[in-house]
Amino acid sequence: MESKSKNIKMTDVLKIADKSFQSRLFTGTGKFSSSQTMREAIVASKSELVTVALKRVNLDNESDDILIHLRENHINILPNTSGARTAKEAVFAAQLAREALGTNWIKLEIHPDPKFLLPDPIETLQAAGELVKQGFVVMPYIHADPVLCKRLEEVGVQCVMPLGAPIGSNKGIMTRDFLEIIIEQSKVPVIVDAGIGAPSHAAYAMELGADAVLVNTAIAVSQNPVAMGIAFKKAVQAGRMAYNAKLAPVKHHAEASSPLTSFLDE
Amino acid sequence: MSDFKHIFDTYQWDTIEKEIYGFSARDVQNVLSKEKVTLADFKVLISPAAKPFIEQMAQRSNVLTKKRFGNTIQMYIPMYLSNECQNICTYCGFSLTNKIKRKTLSEKEILAEVAYIKSLGYDHILLVTGEANTTVGVPYLKNAIRLIREHFSNISIEVQPLDQDEYETLIKEGLYAVLVYQETYHKATYKIHHPKGKKSNFDYRLDTPDRLGKAGIHKIGLGALFGLEDWRVDSFYTALHLKYLQKTYWKTKYSISFPRLRPHEGDVEPKVEMTDTDLVQLICAYRLLDEDVELSMSTRESETFRNNIINLGITSISAASKTNPGGYTVDQQSLEQFEISDERSTEKIKQMIQSQGYEVVWKDWDKNFC
Repeated sequence: MESKSKNIKMTDVLKIADKSFQSRLFTGTGKFSSSQTMREAIVASKSELVTVALKRVNLDNESDDILIHLRENHINILPNTSGARTAKEAVFAAQLAREALGTNWIKLEIHPDPKFLLPDPIETLQAAGELVKQGFVVMPYIHADPVLCKRLEEVGVQCVMPLGAPIGSNKGIMTRDFLEIIIEQSKVPVIVDAGIGAPSHAAYAMELGADAVLVNTAIAVSQNPVAMGIAFKKAVQAGRMAYNAKLAPVKHHAEASSPLTSFLDE
Repeated sequence: MSDFKHIFDTYQWDTIEKEIYGFSARDVQNVLSKEKVTLADFKVLISPAAKPFIEQMAQRSNVLTKKRFGNTIQMYIPMYLSNECQNICTYCGFSLTNKIKRKTLSEKEILAEVAYIKSLGYDHILLVTGEANTTVGVPYLKNAIRLIREHFSNISIEVQPLDQDEYETLIKEGLYAVLVYQETYHKATYKIHHPKGKKSNFDYRLDTPDRLGKAGIHKIGLGALFGLEDWRVDSFYTALHLKYLQKTYWKTKYSISFPRLRPHEGDVEPKVEMTDTDLVQLICAYRLLDEDVELSMSTRESETFRNNIINLGITSISAASKTNPGGYTVDQQSLEQFEISDERSTEKIKQMIQSQGYEVVWKDWDKNFC
């Protein structure tokens, strides 16, 4: 029994492009009360991939507060294109990030609407294709749209990042039915991004079969970001383990004690 | 005719005023029990009836703001380029009839001011002028933006209203946001305070955010100058304007400012006083109406007020501002637009914000996005 549970843990590494991740919890750097708190929470969460808005960092400044903290702790930096309204702007931002931060990984975010920050599917698909051609590892933030996910897969993205609910809303997995289709169909890792507000939401996404989740607001805005980082770490591990262990089936209907077909046995 | 004007013309100032002053505590309770606050609800939240509910509103505003903006406050600083002005605005230090020394910064002076501002840590800047179209027109502004662009990630202006193609020209140079306050939405009162100059055209000013939206600007800042008219009715019109713009120019971001009349060279006393309590009520009402709108606070307000407002819904503030051209380094004696109230240094303000558990954000845009 024990060896089997160990076995699950040992082999369950997430691979995206050339990198392997022990942790399936990805995080962000926004909204923290200080860069010190940010660092402590991220370290406690054991997250190995952390997204940083290009617009928030000083690319020409070696002493940028956010970057220093991440580099000191050897955490992979995932620059994002937040602020870009078009494919053209996003591609340009990705090129800048690659040059300044020395990584070809890019979280592609194109939201022309600054109010709800909802991703533009048309511009995203266009930019993704172009960035893949330019040698980027592209992680697109998108609606939970199964067809769009397949189209993105076709142009060569290394994963898809459908949203669980509007970004920053903390509402949880509101797009469940579509996420289930995406997870079933996808050949690339599926990372649920946006809307996860509680560890239980993260565990639920992992139970559904998501390969990872990205959580920022729920950790940063919590009263105790460090404790919340740990809570998310545990929830993601629990959800993943439950998924691998195969959940017992849910019974939607009661089983009648006098089955309708019992006469066949008589 | 202005696009917003079609909507504006369907509202009557007096009717709105009567409505706002007629709400009861029960109306307020009904609104506060709802999850989403509409424009009609906003009227209730800014009414005198909502005053006893201010703590409840503040608590909700705090939570909503943190959810959307996190534990952060954006810093910005104004840089006055000129105090030349051909308008008469009864409440403004730069008004044409004030016999003051006029000054417009030269290229060299602009760069001297920039060097000082950069040394304080700022990366978001607001350029301010009066309205002097021959000396401080579009070519001057274009050149100023060109000069400072490499030094700042985010450039805003608060200058005379321009035409759509003029905004397009400045946006190409790297302009991010334009702040344009209607001052008052009461047409007759507007005429009294702006008797002469291009600014006396109420409709042209009212149409400005539409022209900005059409030009594809990243952000528009709205507001009314409190003191000219009843702040409640003016705020309703501002919110009406905001909601119209959000639907029409959905790719643009919006911010609201809350200027209260301050002492200056002129001699106008506020017609309607807006107390600190009123202002807090208004800030919270805006947050309840709109979780995403940026709310901005300048150094017009006092130390105590600014210390306490950080938690209530404000998302960006300025510090150590000078409201005269060259005020930071070049010509500290030139005439200021109004007296600032909070004179603390940038470092002091930073510490004040951090001590309340907020991170001070200097950079939240990249010049490469323009």
